Amino acid sequence: MTDDAFVLRVEDIHKKFGTNEVLKGVSFNVRKGETIVFIGPSGTGKSTLLRCINQLTIPEKGRVWLHDDEVTNSGPKISYFRQKIGMVFQNFYLFDHLTAVRNVEIALLKVKKMDPESARRKALHELEQVGMKDWADHYPAELSGGQAQRVSIARALAMDPEVILFDEPTSALDPELTREVLEVMKKLAKSGMTMLVVSHEMGFAASVANQIIFMENGNIVEQGPPDALLYDPSYVRTRKFVGQFADLTQRKD
Amino acid sequence: MDVTSILVEWTPYLIGGISLTIGLVAIALGIGVALGLPFALVQVYGPRPAKAVISAYAWFFRGLPVLVLLFLFYFGIFPAMGLDPPAFFVGAVVLGLRGAAYQSQIFRGAIQSINEGQMIAALSLGMNRLTAIKSIILPQSLRIALPGWSNEYPEILTDSAICYAIGVAELLTRTSQIVAVTYVTMPIYLCCALIFILLNYAGMRVIHMLEKRVAIPGFGAGAG
Repeated sequence: MTDDAFVLRVEDIHKKFGTNEVLKGVSFNVRKGETIVFIGPSGTGKSTLLRCINQLTIPEKGRVWLHDDEVTNSGPKISYFRQKIGMVFQNFYLFDHLTAVRNVEIALLKVKKMDPESARRKALHELEQVGMKDWADHYPAELSGGQAQRVSIARALAMDPEVILFDEPTSALDPELTREVLEVMKKLAKSGMTMLVVSHEMGFAASVANQIIFMENGNIVEQGPPDALLYDPSYVRTRKFVGQFADLTQRKD
Repeated sequence: MDVTSILVEWTPYLIGGISLTIGLVAIALGIGVALGLPFALVQVYGPRPAKAVISAYAWFFRGLPVLVLLFLFYFGIFPAMGLDPPAFFVGAVVLGLRGAAYQSQIFRGAIQSINEGQMIAALSLGMNRLTAIKSIILPQSLRIALPGWSNEYPEILTDSAICYAIGVAELLTRTSQIVAVTYVTMPIYLCCALIFILLNYAGMRVIHMLEKRVAIPGFGAGAG
């Protein structure tokens, strides 16, 4: 397998809720180590798309591949793919009855069947990666939103994923807390993690993304590196959308 | 004969009644949890026909007076099955089955009150549904259920006295027997009432201790 090969391939994903067609045939490929940021107006299916990738939402049509293995229609093997494709949620979804470190280790114990000592060691290591080791014994209710989100990133990292899906990871946070979470994500991107991020943080998109995908009405309108997509978009719709954020994404040169 | 010496004389007999009462309550609560919790899980996660069966069950046992249930089982259902179990057994089973109907609704409410994100996050880490229910959903919902569930103890304890009607030699039955023999009424019944109150108090203390023990900062009834 060469570095150029695709880690993840998403092929013609369709999803309807009732009569509302949320995704109308979305396809894209992800290279190893790439950060792809999805932007676009609310309700255009970005979050649904992420959930279709790890099958938390089952698409009506279309396929997802991790390397050469099909993630869609994989039956009980989906558990393996979900470990390989981590997810971070807008509202953190930390397990409320478990301390930070137990949040990170529970799937190591219950899914990976790791022995308690190794699981604890790994969990503490992942908490350290996100700067939350000192908070290991605190419960979710005792953490700020930014801290909780960092713990949830550690929880995803603990499973040794090849790809992490971020579903609006900072939308529930105020600007200061947003910054601490984005710092962790930047570090992660630099370390070579493959990341798919749904976000309205245009500054983050401009500085970290390798690719930006602009979606609207369940379709990919335009896709490209930040330079092209943010500063010289081909489509009027894209231009209009990114134009709103011009002051946030201005190149500092 | 003065009241004190009557009480002293009959104390061993009353204590026998207390232990039968405690036995009824313990078995009934055990059956209640052992059936009520799985019933609740079926009602939340189960297939539609199974849900309907549980609903019918809950409707039946919550819809009839305890006394009717007791007579129905003691004189009807068990004999019809060719069984002749002791009254104590029938009483404990009826109180337990009835408790399960109520408790299934307490547990169901608690399970449904857990944010769906908890299940989603568990699945996203590769847990299957069963593991997620065991490791994530139940530990949370049981804590939430505990304050509501704690009502079941005084409920079943006070209901247990109705087993008098089928001749279980529990506290009230024995109290009445003492009254019948000694012709002393008020002090003996007061004594019985006092014992019920003490049993109630002791049990509630145990449940409160349990609630405190399993409390989690910022979570459930202790939150805030």
